[in-house]
Amino acid sequence: MHPAFSVIFFTTASGAGYGLLALLGVLGPAGVIPAERWFGLAALALALGAVSLGLLSSTFHLGHPERAWRALTQWRSSWLSREGVAAIVTYAPAGLFAIGWVFLERNDGLWGFFGVGTAMMSAVTVGCTAMIYRSLKPIHQWHNGFVLPAYLALALVTGALWLNALLHLFGLGHWAVTATALAATAAGWAIKAAYWWFIDTNAAISTPNTATGLRTGRVRLIDAPHTEDNYLLKEMGYRVARKHAAKLRLVAHGTAFALPLVLTAATAALPPVLAAGAALLAAASVSLGVVVERWLFFAEARHAVTLYYGAEAA
Amino acid sequence: MTTLPAATQKKLGLVIDLDICVGCHACVTNCKEWNTGGHMAPLTDLKPYGAGVDGVWFNRVHTFEVSVGDDCRTVHFPKSCLHCETPACVTVCPTGASYKRSEDGIVLVDESKCIGCKLCSWACPYGAREFDTDAGVMKKCTLCIDRIYNENLDEVDRVPACVATCPAGARHFGDLGDPTSPVSRLVQERGGYDLMPEIGYKPTNKYLPPRPRRTRSQQIGAPEVLEPAGNGDRLLQWVDKLLSR
Repeated sequence: MHPAFSVIFFTTASGAGYGLLALLGVLGPAGVIPAERWFGLAALALALGAVSLGLLSSTFHLGHPERAWRALTQWRSSWLSREGVAAIVTYAPAGLFAIGWVFLERNDGLWGFFGVGTAMMSAVTVGCTAMIYRSLKPIHQWHNGFVLPAYLALALVTGALWLNALLHLFGLGHWAVTATALAATAAGWAIKAAYWWFIDTNAAISTPNTATGLRTGRVRLIDAPHTEDNYLLKEMGYRVARKHAAKLRLVAHGTAFALPLVLTAATAALPPVLAAGAALLAAASVSLGVVVERWLFFAEARHAVTLYYGAEAA
Repeated sequence: MTTLPAATQKKLGLVIDLDICVGCHACVTNCKEWNTGGHMAPLTDLKPYGAGVDGVWFNRVHTFEVSVGDDCRTVHFPKSCLHCETPACVTVCPTGASYKRSEDGIVLVDESKCIGCKLCSWACPYGAREFDTDAGVMKKCTLCIDRIYNENLDEVDRVPACVATCPAGARHFGDLGDPTSPVSRLVQERGGYDLMPEIGYKPTNKYLPPRPRRTRSQQIGAPEVLEPAGNGDRLLQWVDKLLSR
């Protein structure tokens, strides 16, 4: 599948933003993060900014961005529509939670309740994003049980590492946040490793035989329907070279998971200034790592339509 | 509305005979010709006369070679929208631009509602939907909705353009929801099948498999063994001798 930059930016930025929002919404009311005004302003602005920029960028790849409002109408059947509705609904509790934290310096009681609501809606929104891909049957690398947990976990990983970095910058570092970041990163790594193992070891159910219904033997394309690439081949036929995929996976393993784990663990042992540096580096590393991971998510996905164009497996 | 109708009154669709198709691409050409002025017009072409030509088409003919035992055979394979009974291209649409008609099962796009997100084309394993980058909307086969109900045309012409033009009679149009219709009987008799049934979209269009190839001379009414010519004919014996020198 063609990796559109706007979609990669959208899913990674909004994922990190929702992860950060969810953690603020839970750890604030839990008493782990104090309702300090300037930290709240920075963290909530970063989270809502990432979410909003991501949502905005997702409209850039549309043929008719001015009609984007129509995408809110078909929530009964469409995960894309549900994602849009959930994203907009999330602004309500998030906005109230932000008012309480920034203007009243409160993140407990009723204001904490809005925080929990924000966390729940953030999870729902990221879940809807994942389901857009997970529900597409013609793409084996997307239509499997690892996609939904991977999207949720990676949102949490990036959000937790961003939160840890911000807290250290404001001198509010807390062992529970460090522990959350470590646990989320380890879990995200495990899920993503399992995903890659799965797509490497399992074949798609569709084959050139099922695509054509010619089942007496090997089916080989001897004459394509057209001489140049058409829309289908440009959009669905994109495939990353295997050797690059292997290298990029290593980059993703290192920058999204291994390096952040080491750096985050180090923050617990280092003096405050160095700890803040390590936490910031971990946040920067995971931000790069998830972009590589998301690019691979698209580039490694093979669409069943390619079976009509000479692919031996999808 | 992108939720699907529980049932459709008719299931209009095509039956494509892979035994007959000769791969002439006439259906491809006539489809383009009709539809670039039809319901989803235009079928935009980009750089039509230069290198890197690109454009929107609703019907394509692929040519495959399939092994049959030690042998193999060529199969020309026309492919257009299959107007599935449970098409995910409709249900994934966030705007309601894609819909399936309850009266005849035809899957269409309302261009005025399409935002061009392309998700429907991702959901289709058959490659039935092609994006018009110039108009910024998704386009697809309409089963020639502007022909099949068109009272300005002679009744014989009220079939999809691809069916009307096929010189070999490899394409048939009709109601596959009616078990007594000629197309349903054809599917019944010839063992018509679905493409990628494992995806579960229940395509309406059916494909008829190539018939087994006749490899024995008796199967076409010829003698099993040919007798050597010229036995007993003196002139031929002489010619044989002369040529064998």
